Amino acid sequence: MAKLRYERPVIKKLNTNFTNKYGTKTEYSPVTHIEGVAVKDLISKYGSPLFVISETHIRNTYKNALRAFRTRYPKVQFAWSYKTNYINAVCNVFHQEGSWGEVVSGFEYRKALNNGVPPDKIIFNGPDKTDEDLIAAITNGSRIHIDHLDELYRIIELTDELKMRPKVAIRVNMNTGIYPMWDRFGFNYENGQAWEAIIKILASDRMDLVGLHCHIGTFMLSSNAYAVAASKLADLALGIKIKFNKNIQYLDMGGGFASTNTLHGSFLPGKDTSPTFDEYAEAISTAILQSGFPPNELPLLILETGRALIDEAGYLLGSVISNKRLSDGRRATIMDFGVNILFTAFWYSHKISPAQEFSHYTEDSVIYGPLCMNIDVIRESCTLPPMKRGDHVVVHTVGAYNMTQWMQFIAMRPSVVMIDTKGEVHQIRDKETLEYLEQKEMMPQYLKKFTL
Amino acid sequence: MSQLKIKSSIAISETGFLFMPNTGDSFSVNPIGVEIIDLLRQGKSEKEVKKTILSKYEIDDATLEKDYDDFLNQLKQHNVADTDEN
Ligand SMILES: Cc1ncc(COP(=O)(O)O)c(C=O)c1O
Repeated sequence: MAKLRYERPVIKKLNTNFTNKYGTKTEYSPVTHIEGVAVKDLISKYGSPLFVISETHIRNTYKNALRAFRTRYPKVQFAWSYKTNYINAVCNVFHQEGSWGEVVSGFEYRKALNNGVPPDKIIFNGPDKTDEDLIAAITNGSRIHIDHLDELYRIIELTDELKMRPKVAIRVNMNTGIYPMWDRFGFNYENGQAWEAIIKILASDRMDLVGLHCHIGTFMLSSNAYAVAASKLADLALGIKIKFNKNIQYLDMGGGFASTNTLHGSFLPGKDTSPTFDEYAEAISTAILQSGFPPNELPLLILETGRALIDEAGYLLGSVISNKRLSDGRRATIMDFGVNILFTAFWYSHKISPAQEFSHYTEDSVIYGPLCMNIDVIRESCTLPPMKRGDHVVVHTVGAYNMTQWMQFIAMRPSVVMIDTKGEVHQIRDKETLEYLEQKEMMPQYLKKFTL
Repeated sequence: MSQLKIKSSIAISETGFLFMPNTGDSFSVNPIGVEIIDLLRQGKSEKEVKKTILSKYEIDDATLEKDYDDFLNQLKQHNVADTDEN
């Protein structure tokens, strides 16, 4: 007689008066397949943990975002924010969809060039552009978004040496009613810094001021903040038109749209609290359309949306290492993935699903990673069916920032695969090895030998 | 360790609803947990209980050992089981 599937015996006290703040019913319904591919097959072929990216999900999300804006505003351009996820295969899905590139460092810039993005469709942001970066961007004709006065003066010097006219914009920071205000980047609107920078650029007559840029924050739960920001950028652009009779080609609203993740401490799941692309698009488009541009002089609207375009397309597969009972009686589950590869666990309560069928009994458990440090907590409390060593789980909505902010610490970075639109699996990054890590190390001769 | 006894006062349904009349507390127990509680109430020893589970389910000794101890500790903590009969 075949033996029955085992499940750990569980007893759970029923609190009839309270609903569970953390567990939602859907959370523990099993997710055995991603885009039709079995989780257990993916893990047996590529190892555990494993990042999985759905190409279909990226393309659908992108199309939905583009539709939300294009149906409300005539000229819209997305620029893929490389830092959000710069695995080349991911970038190229966005470029195939029509996205430009948005970079904030020299290596990101070279990545975009190597991927084949035309230089004038690369936006170079950020406070740290080296001379080498600036010279490359000026020579190639990329768009330089100036962050501070030192950079502005350096560009003026370089144009004298290079005898070229760079295409520039300035980054503007402003009060949009949101705290904290990201005023460490760019030039302030309210105190007149932004306007002064504009005058300096125009007076220098060494560069073309083609755009105005802002990035008001990230995971912005208020679409109204974008309406305020768009009005302020439009006001500057119209001021330039009136005072200098120059048309600003584009307004770049940066990124910052919230993904559907749930922030720690949030009572409702992110799916219920994050504005939709339509809501953001409505706020931004209305603000620009009503700001006073003649219809034939409406600027191009650029968006550098990062997390909202990729977060949901990413999954992290992992396995249970052990179950424990903590001293206060709480159950703890140790997984084979830690905060070194799931950085976003610090601010999101990521949804975690079992990857195999279970009965409907559940337990609350703390979810720990495998690292030997106390802060390696994936979830403070998560409702899951009883799982045993070797069982698999799926962590949802991990596509943004994890595959760029991850680090090798105690454990190395795992493989990444992409499931294409036909359900084929492609490995797009290999897991790290000791040889890979040690490639960059040097051993001084006198330290090579020791006796113990 | 002395053998744990399930308190005689508890009521448990086939579906795993466990009720303790003296405190009014109620619990939910999964099917395998119900089976273990039933076996213990029939006066089976720890060894016999484990043997039954091992023969019926796809599980190894070590895992069951660990899960069994944890389950019995939980029963004790919730006052469903005790070392002496009450
Ligand atoms: C200048 C700039 N643009 C775009 C982004 C992407 O932001 P998000 O992922 O919040 O959309 C960032 C992220 O910090 C940024 O600094």
